[in-house]
Order: sequence, then C-alpha cells, then structure tokens
Amino acid sequence: MSNRVEPVVLAKRARKRFSRPWASLTAIVIALLWTTPTFGLLLSSFRPEEEIKTTGWWTFFSQPNFTIENYNEVLYGSGSSGRLAEAFINSLVITIPSVLFPIAFAALAAYALSWVEFKGRDWLFVGIFALQVVPLQMALVPLLSFFSQGVDVGGFTLMPAWDLEGEWKFVQVWFAHTAFGLPLSVFLLHNFMSELPGSVIESARVDGASHGAIFRKIVLPLITPALASLAIFQFLWVWNDLLVALVFASGSETSPLTARLADMAGSRGGEWQRLTAGAFVSIIIPVAVFLTLQRYFVRGLLAGGVKG
Amino acid sequence: MATVTYKGASRIYPGTKKPAVDKLDLEITDGEFLVLVGPSGCGKSTSLRMLAGLEEVDEGSIFINDTDVSNLPPKSRDIAMVFQNYALYPHMTVFDNMAFALKLRRTPKNVIREKVAEAAKLLDLEDYLDRKPKALSGGQRQRVAMGRAIVRQPQVFLMDEPLSNLDAKLRVQTRSQIASLQKRLGVTTVYVTHDQVEAMTMGHRVAVMKDGLLQQVDTPRTLYDKPSNVFVAGFMGSPAMNIKTVPLGEDGAKFGDVIVPLSRERREIAAAGDFDKGKTEVTIGIRPEDCKLGTEADGGIAVEVDLVEELGSDAYVYGHAVYSDGTERFVIRCDGRNMPRLGDVVHLVPEVGREHVFHAITGDRIE
Repeated sequence: MSNRVEPVVLAKRARKRFSRPWASLTAIVIALLWTTPTFGLLLSSFRPEEEIKTTGWWTFFSQPNFTIENYNEVLYGSGSSGRLAEAFINSLVITIPSVLFPIAFAALAAYALSWVEFKGRDWLFVGIFALQVVPLQMALVPLLSFFSQGVDVGGFTLMPAWDLEGEWKFVQVWFAHTAFGLPLSVFLLHNFMSELPGSVIESARVDGASHGAIFRKIVLPLITPALASLAIFQFLWVWNDLLVALVFASGSETSPLTARLADMAGSRGGEWQRLTAGAFVSIIIPVAVFLTLQRYFVRGLLAGGVKG
Repeated sequence: MATVTYKGASRIYPGTKKPAVDKLDLEITDGEFLVLVGPSGCGKSTSLRMLAGLEEVDEGSIFINDTDVSNLPPKSRDIAMVFQNYALYPHMTVFDNMAFALKLRRTPKNVIREKVAEAAKLLDLEDYLDRKPKALSGGQRQRVAMGRAIVRQPQVFLMDEPLSNLDAKLRVQTRSQIASLQKRLGVTTVYVTHDQVEAMTMGHRVAVMKDGLLQQVDTPRTLYDKPSNVFVAGFMGSPAMNIKTVPLGEDGAKFGDVIVPLSRERREIAAAGDFDKGKTEVTIGIRPEDCKLGTEADGGIAVEVDLVEELGSDAYVYGHAVYSDGTERFVIRCDGRNMPRLGDVVHLVPEVGREHVFHAITGDRIE
C-alpha cells in the first residue's frame, strides 16, 4: 500500500527494463524460437526422402546429406503433385494483373472522390467503403453464377454468360480479385489523396492542367508511397489466396501455386516430403517483393492515417 | 494586356445565406496594380478566387477584356496566380515548376528554356533551377512561385497574400521588388492582402472590403486623406485614427469641455437622422499625426498618458481622456526626443482642418 507509484514513473521504469541487455537477449531468443521451424523446414527440403521420413532435421548436422531431388520433383516432376514450375507461372499470371487493375481503378476513383466536385460524392464514398463489410465468401456463389449464367431479370438478359474455358478462366480471377480489392484500395488512396494540399491542385488548375493532367503529373507522383504499400498488400493477398483461385480458376491449366500445394498434401499424403520444397518455392516471390518494397511498406503504413 | 471588370459579382457559399462577396462592382484598368484589402473574412480572397475561376460566380459576372469569364474554367482564362503558401509542386525541380504551364501548352522546348532562364535571371534564381522546393528557403520559394506566374506572360496576375509567410524584413524587401517587377512587366495585377501597409505602398489603387461589401476604391493618398466612411478611416493607417463619437453642440463636436469647431453645413448634415431628441452625436476622426501636444490654453483635450511607444524617429503616446470615464482612448504622435512620461497629463490639440467628420449613425463621411 505504501508503494504507490505514479503511472508515468511506472512507464519510465518499464522502458528502462526493456532496454536492459537481458531484455534484448530475450527478444533474440524469442526470434530464434520462432524461426527454428522454418529453418528446419528449409533444411529438410534439402534432405533425401527416406531421411526426412525417418529422422529429425537436426540430424543433418551430424550426417550432412545434401540433395536437390525434392526441388527437382516438385518443380518439374510428372503427375499432379509435380509441375510446380507451371503453377508458379500461373500464380504470376493471376497476381500481376490482379494487383495492377484494382490499384489503377482505385487511384482514378479516389481522385474523383477527393478532387472532382459532384453531387452525392460523400455518400458514394461512404457507400463504397460500406462494401468492405460484405464478406468475400458471401459473394462467391453470386459471382460464380454471374460468370456462368450471366444476369437475367424477368427473362430479359442484361448480361450474357461469360462461358470462359481453359486459360480464359484467368479473366474471371482477375475480375474477382479486382472487385474484392477495390473498396479498401479506394478508401486508402482517397484518404491519402485528400490530404494533399489543395492549393497545389488549384495552382495546377490555374496553370492550365485538366483533371487528367493533374492526376498524372501532380497526384500520382505525390502518392507513390501509398501506391507502393497498397501494391504490397494486394500482392501478398492475391499470391497467398487459395479460396478465390479454387472457385474461379479450377482446372490444371489455371490453378496457382496455392491450389497445387494443397493438392500435393491432399491426394498424395504419403509423399509429404515434397511439401518442404513446395513451401519454399511459393515463398520466394513474396519474400523478394517484401524485401524490395519494405522501405515503402513501413512508410506507407503511417501514410494515409496521419497527415504526411 | 487586359482590363478586369466585376459586374455585380456575388458568391454565396452553399448552406449560407449571407453572400461572402456581395454584388461587387469593380473596374481594373490595363496595367493597373489593384490591391484588395480588408480584415479576414471580408471576401477579398473569395473575390480573387472568383476571378481565378476557383470559386463560382453565383450572381453577376466577371469580364477579362470583353470576354465574360464567369463560367470559364481557370485554364481558359489566361491568368496566373501566386498562392499564400506558394503551392509549388514538391516533386518537381524549380525549372520544372516554372516550365509546368508552358509544357502543358506544348510550347517548344527551346522556347521554354529561354523563358524560364529569363524569369530565373529576373528573380535571381539561376543557381537553384535544379533544386527541389524543399531545398529552398522561404524567400526563394516565394520567388519560384512568382517565376511560375511570370513565365506564363498571362493577361492578369493574381496574388493571394504572397508575402504573409515571409519574415518582416524580407517582406519589406520583396514588397518593393514585386511592385517594381509589376511596373516593368506592365501586367494587370490584382493583389490581396490584409496588411494595410502593403496595400498603401504597392497599389496604384486600393479597394477596401468589409463583410463582402466594397467600401471604397481609390488611390492610397485619397483613401488616407478622404476615407469615405468610418471603417475605411479606421482601417487605413497605423496606428489607427482616433475615432470618437461625441455629442454635437452648437458650434461643433464636444470633447468634454473642448469644442472642435464644425461648419454649419457639416453640422446640419450630421444632425439629420434618427437621433433621440437632444442627443445628437457626430463621429470625429483625428489621425495621430494630425494632432500635437499643447497646453490647456491652446484648447487641447486633456489626456492622461498610459503608454509611450518609442520608435526612434518619433513616438506614439497612448492615453485616455481625463474628462471621460477613461474609456475614450487616444493616440498622439510626437517627437521621439521630447515625449511625455507615464502618468503625465498632456493636451491633445487637433490641427485645424485635418479632422475627419462622419455621420454618427450611417458612418458616412461629411465634407
């Protein structure tokens, strides 16, 4: 009872404690613990099949037995579990347009919503953001029937069925990802864009710039950090997506890495050693994207929320 | 080369009843430097933005030369604007900032280079053309904003308090630079400021606004010597004119026992109006420099000194009239080397014929 301490003092004390050497040590230990399984998986992926299945990954240190057979098999092997290389390409084909389309549309929409005056603008913006509330899963079936049956109202065809087959199914996935990604993208970019100083936009208007020119020459260069961070978000989301891909891009010609990985585990449970290599193949691109753009990622997280 | 004409131009912001600019009538001749001045919220910036095309003209119209520009977008008006916060394009170099408007009009590259170089030379910016705005000082940024307007060679320059972000010394310096630059280029200029010193020193003519209404447009001299109403009288000049509303007596205005004589014509105009019986009043304005310190024998108004502001060359004496309850405050300019001390009672002697007389109710000037 006698030792009542002010919160400020407590906070100071806590900060001091966390900056002590053993606090850093604890952080390092936790980081190591977290990384160990991943590291084990990496080691396993380079071990022969029978060793993976009989001994732990740590035996690698006592009897190093290095092979790239697993990678060979998942990338180029025959059968449904192999050919990851193909799925890898599919993933890229799905992901790149699914990142570019929503960002391009969202940037245009955000510009209109923040710098073009028209009636009902604020309500439209609220409406777009409200769409965020609808869970993706609810839209799957209606969207699927939209693709396969088109839109009929009272026997009158508003929109014919798309009837896409084979590689054309990519278009469906692009469409779905774009639609799902737009509300959040519009919201984020709008917040960022409307924080730009109004007089700069006005100055460009007086200088003779049309909306198109203002968008291209003034607004886009100034919101690059927001675009970059949004691109990373959307990229990671689409790359790691399994659900949308399964629904709209089923079939061996179009299925991405995630679908192929799931297949590998499901139909060939006996050959689970392949998952080790498969996992690392699918990680490569996100890690590369993250590392190259992480500078923007950190800066972009603050952007949009606080005036920058 | 252009004239600008406001014809009953009004701006009523959505959701408000009172116009921000109320039926503004104003003619600006070719090559003129017109200053719009007034307290904040008086509609001076709105008037300028209406001319720029950044605000709608809800009633009336605005002409540049003989063209009705009321409904034209900014880019079709051939005007250039300097903003209060400079509004430079932060991602472009100084050169690109100045060349932006020309590039949009597809001016040939060598012409752009020539024009920007010329403007940069004029504004002493030649060494900074490759820099981004963030690497410039406030004064340099302001000059880039000016340069951006100059390279356009527009019909009209619009300037919205371009000096208010500079420090006091730089402001005085830039003030004269802008004025001489305008004289050299001969471009019609509309300049908005809240600073009456800027208005007096820069403008060929000055338009004083208040509550969206134009009060008076005239040369600085006339504005200062013959303000058309109490507001203009109080706004122009620093320190402000001593403006007192006092009882109107048989021979003139009564400051306590002291009478400032007024002619019969003036008294008659001043007395006309809706006064309570026997309580006729008149408003008298005396500039601090139009009165001197005298003695009681000179017929001076007794004033007790509250504060003395020393400016070196001269000094301002602030005090309250002894005859009243102390709310009647006066400012008198006097010699800086011969000034009263705090608490002294001095006598304010108005210079004959230099007083300004206004109607106590309407506030209009009485000649």
